[in-house]
Amino acid sequence: MKKKNIILRIFTFYYEGFKSMTVGRTLWAIILIKLFVMFVILKIFFFPNFLKTNFDNDEDRSNHVIEQLTNPK
Amino acid sequence: MTETFDYSLIDWSRGQFALTAMYHWIFVPLTLGLGFIMAIMETIYVRTGNPEWKRITKFWMTIFGINFAIGVATGIILEFEFGTNWSNYSWFVGDIFGAPLAIEGIMAFFIESTFIAVMFFGWNKVSKKFHLVSTWLVAFGASLSALWILVANAWMQMPVGMKFNPDTARNEMAHFWDVLFSPMAVSKFTHTISSSYMLAALVVIGISSWFLLKKRHLVFAKRSIVVAAVFGLVTSLLTILTGDYSAKVVARHQPMKFAAFEGLYVGQRGAPLVAIGVVSSTPEDPNNENIKDFVFKLEVPNFLSYMAFQDFNAFIPGVKDLMEGNEEHGIPSAAEKIARGKLAIDALAEYKTAKEAGDEVKLTEAKEILDQNFQYFGYGYFVDDPSRLVPNVPLTFYSFHLMVALGMWFLVFFAIVLLLVYKGKISRSKFWLTIGIVNIPLAYIASQSGWVTAEMGRQPWVIQDLMPTMTAVSRLDTNAVITTFVLFAVIFTTLLIAELRIMFKQIKLGPKQEGGH
Repeated sequence: MKKKNIILRIFTFYYEGFKSMTVGRTLWAIILIKLFVMFVILKIFFFPNFLKTNFDNDEDRSNHVIEQLTNPK
Repeated sequence: MTETFDYSLIDWSRGQFALTAMYHWIFVPLTLGLGFIMAIMETIYVRTGNPEWKRITKFWMTIFGINFAIGVATGIILEFEFGTNWSNYSWFVGDIFGAPLAIEGIMAFFIESTFIAVMFFGWNKVSKKFHLVSTWLVAFGASLSALWILVANAWMQMPVGMKFNPDTARNEMAHFWDVLFSPMAVSKFTHTISSSYMLAALVVIGISSWFLLKKRHLVFAKRSIVVAAVFGLVTSLLTILTGDYSAKVVARHQPMKFAAFEGLYVGQRGAPLVAIGVVSSTPEDPNNENIKDFVFKLEVPNFLSYMAFQDFNAFIPGVKDLMEGNEEHGIPSAAEKIARGKLAIDALAEYKTAKEAGDEVKLTEAKEILDQNFQYFGYGYFVDDPSRLVPNVPLTFYSFHLMVALGMWFLVFFAIVLLLVYKGKISRSKFWLTIGIVNIPLAYIASQSGWVTAEMGRQPWVIQDLMPTMTAVSRLDTNAVITTFVLFAVIFTTLLIAELRIMFKQIKLGPKQEGGH
């Protein structure tokens, strides 16, 4: 019998693994919801990178931090 | 200088970080330890060929999977917070964090997408040995993944192997191996993972005890207890040894934290170890509300000196020595460090001005002063209120002693359990089985206390001696931080409830002969 292509074998391995999951289905649902909340809601709306958002380049960022360190308010 | 800081913003930012870190740490230690316990169980299965051991392995693998799935990526929130709430800090640490965290990310991706898949999906599809190797690699990979974040944390407690660049205000990695193998990194990694292994052993014993009390799956429960108790005994001994090493490192590199561990206000030769103590609620020193004496204490003479320096007569500096200085023992006062820190901060400002003006002479002068005093840079922010250099002593003292007491208790418990197993009495010892269940929350309390000790004890520093929390925070609207604090509290509590519900359901179902995962 001819052996299956390696990529097809890996695909089948994962496909059958996911298909036969029981508790895993609930867990994957939780993981996907969690990742969505983290990356699509929290990261975008609540956690912008302060220095990347407010300054255009690294020189401006450096100057801001030096100002904060030498003249903190 | 300090009166210009918005302390409500600092406190809420700290509270938010503590909340997320502590929730994240609920999930991590069980994953670290359970990985090795199930790898040992599977090894026994492969060596003996007994299907009962496969059943046992698969049950604990399910518990591992639940905890892993709920906990995975919760640490990413901390990285979000670095960028938003702690932007000055994130910039200042430069590439010190970048390299370890990048390695962690790559490593975690490859391990999680390959070997975990083989571990869960590969039963009867790959060879027994390949499956076993995958399980061991998952266990080692999880611990290695924890290595990098712990190295980063250790660098914050003991900044080494870097050079500060005044042009960019960033610390640049100069010696990678110094960062990786600093005594703080070694002690932090070994103590954190060994205590996590111990926690997992206690969880396995606790759940197995429940089965024995319910008189269900008796063979499964007894075998699980044997593996977990042996693993727990070995790892609790390791936890004590690494904890001892950790205390020695702290005594040398974070003397204020060490003094806070023991509530030692006045330094002395042959310092005693406070075994049990109750800290007074009223300040001893009117100038510093953190300096409080004991209402009651039980001491082991000279033992603190021995613990720190392996010399029963060694001098251990107290909070007062570190604040007021001690000439005899070569300890500079806080005032001296503050003056040098202020020089460093002013030199950084002058460096920037000289650079803009193109004044090479002043630039060189400023750089020289900065380099000479940089080790005390962070002290310069405490000109107006040096008392803030003292951490919350009662909190550090209690969390440290709670961690140590519980750690010692777990060692005794593992020995008792093994003795009961040896005598064939474990399944009839209702008292000890109940204690086994009670130990599960106690294990988490000990684990969290360890973090409280490490992180509260090093206050006010984000980076020891270089950056205090007040200069590390981004100048955000406090209400925005409160909003995200509440948001995180809700999200993480929901995740924890989900984990507990799914886990309890699986535990109630018990181990299966065959089936899904």
